Amino acid sequence: MPVIELDQVSRAFTVSTRTGLRRTRREVRAVDALSFTVEPGEVMGYIGPNGAGKSTTIKMLTGILVPTSGTIRVAGVDPSRHRTRLAKRIGVVFGQRTTLWWDLPLKDSFAVLQKMYGVPRDRHRENLATFVELLDLGDLLDVPVRQLSLGQRMRGDIAAALLHDPEIVYLDEPTIGLDIVSKARLRSFLAQLNQDRGTTVILTTHDLDDIEALCSRVMVIDHGHQVYDGTLTGLRASQSAPRTLVVDLATPHPPITVQGATVTRTDGPRQWLSFPPTTSAAPLVAEIAASYPLVDLSVQEPPIESIITKLYAGG
Amino acid sequence: MGVYWAIAVRSFRRFSTYRIATLSGAFTNTVFGFIFCGVYLTLWDQRPNLGGYDVTDALTFVWLQQGLLTPIGIFGASTTVELGERIRTGAIAVDLYRPTHLMLWWLSVDAGRAAFELLARGGVPLLVGSLVFDLRFPSSALQGLAVGIALMFGILVSFGIRYLVALSGFWITDSRGLEGLAMVLSLFFSGTILPLVVFPGWFGEFARATPWAATMQVPIDVWLGQDLPARALTFQLGWIVVLLLLGRFATVLATRKVVIQGG
Repeated sequence: MPVIELDQVSRAFTVSTRTGLRRTRREVRAVDALSFTVEPGEVMGYIGPNGAGKSTTIKMLTGILVPTSGTIRVAGVDPSRHRTRLAKRIGVVFGQRTTLWWDLPLKDSFAVLQKMYGVPRDRHRENLATFVELLDLGDLLDVPVRQLSLGQRMRGDIAAALLHDPEIVYLDEPTIGLDIVSKARLRSFLAQLNQDRGTTVILTTHDLDDIEALCSRVMVIDHGHQVYDGTLTGLRASQSAPRTLVVDLATPHPPITVQGATVTRTDGPRQWLSFPPTTSAAPLVAEIAASYPLVDLSVQEPPIESIITKLYAGG
Repeated sequence: MGVYWAIAVRSFRRFSTYRIATLSGAFTNTVFGFIFCGVYLTLWDQRPNLGGYDVTDALTFVWLQQGLLTPIGIFGASTTVELGERIRTGAIAVDLYRPTHLMLWWLSVDAGRAAFELLARGGVPLLVGSLVFDLRFPSSALQGLAVGIALMFGILVSFGIRYLVALSGFWITDSRGLEGLAMVLSLFFSGTILPLVVFPGWFGEFARATPWAATMQVPIDVWLGQDLPARALTFQLGWIVVLLLLGRFATVLATRKVVIQGG
């Protein structure tokens, strides 16, 4: 039974532009006929260029925006109609905005949240202990939020969004502006959360490493339309982006001639061969090994960025 | 209800961290207290018993007023200003998905602020003033209690007005103009420039019937014994009911606007 269901969901905004004294109104479809379902425990990466409709979708899923047409069900209810009831079952983190009390120690924000969501005291203590350990918040609890670094604050915000045991978490660019170490720590935390608690995670990001590290499923949206839904491997294959075979020969050779692959680059004894994602590398390797003095080899997947760029350009 | 108490307590704590601001604020109030006293002494020397106040009443009015300006939020308060800011920037959307009522949330935040400012600096100018001048104090515990309630009511009325002004940002692109206008009205009709009792005729009647009169003029009159507590509190309560109902209505409309039109 899916925990999130969207059926033909569209959202239009009226934008009025002024040229001189004339005022023209036009309708912009931020999200257009979007349909998908998410099963409990899935970690879905939701990506798209700026203005693609990601935030609009998240807003509709949390119930702070109604769709112009179509139906949405989250955890069995219509989000905009039961916003307050749903709020107790979801957690939201907006990477660029904090929900913490700026001038007070981190622990004060947590105390307010315990009351706000009516979390039983024991459960709250337990959760807090878990998050303090996993997110390394121990030394930060008594520090006013304004004195925290961006990475520390983000860890605080994530803990804050999870203290009431939400079934679904929406993370809007949670790693924005973080350094590599903080990003890695956050990713391993989210992976563990999903594994231990079966929390459904919807992640919007511009950082494709987040997707590689966390998401079993990727959805790509552009101009309000869904342009891809599936696995990361499938995404690579769908765009037929060529894979690369890198071979090291014993001595420099003229470009290798082999069926089903073309040399794109040579550098001394090293050669790069491009081959389609639909063919296997094995026969290729066997053929090269039979006719050339092969020393070493590796297969390179196309970088995800180039696939996405291609996808956006095609959409 | 526990959550709103928890919010008010945190808000109180938050304001207690601004020590320098509190101290310099109280100092400024005290300086202005002396300036106003100079003006009022001259005025009451020319027109003794102006508006039914004797010189002691007038001087007590000055020192009470200087202590109460910030707790009541006559010039606006940082809490409701922050709310206006969140509406302008769209950050208000974050507040809407919380399982709390928007108005009660901000009321609690404002109550925590007002309580801190009242305790920390409300009495400072009065204390300094009473060392220099002969001032009037409530004559009975009952009157003291009435003053306490009138002050609480005054803060509520003030919140009701400031909340509505902040919420106007949902409909007006930039609500800062309205905030400015609201401050001028508040300054005049709360009795900050002159006690409202000095205005004669229909204009005086009108000034004393506005909600701003209920914020500061009325609590001070209860303190001075110029106003019967029962009448004063009923007057304030009337405005509280009207303003909070309007606030509730505006919240529903604003939420609907955000959710349906997308802000």
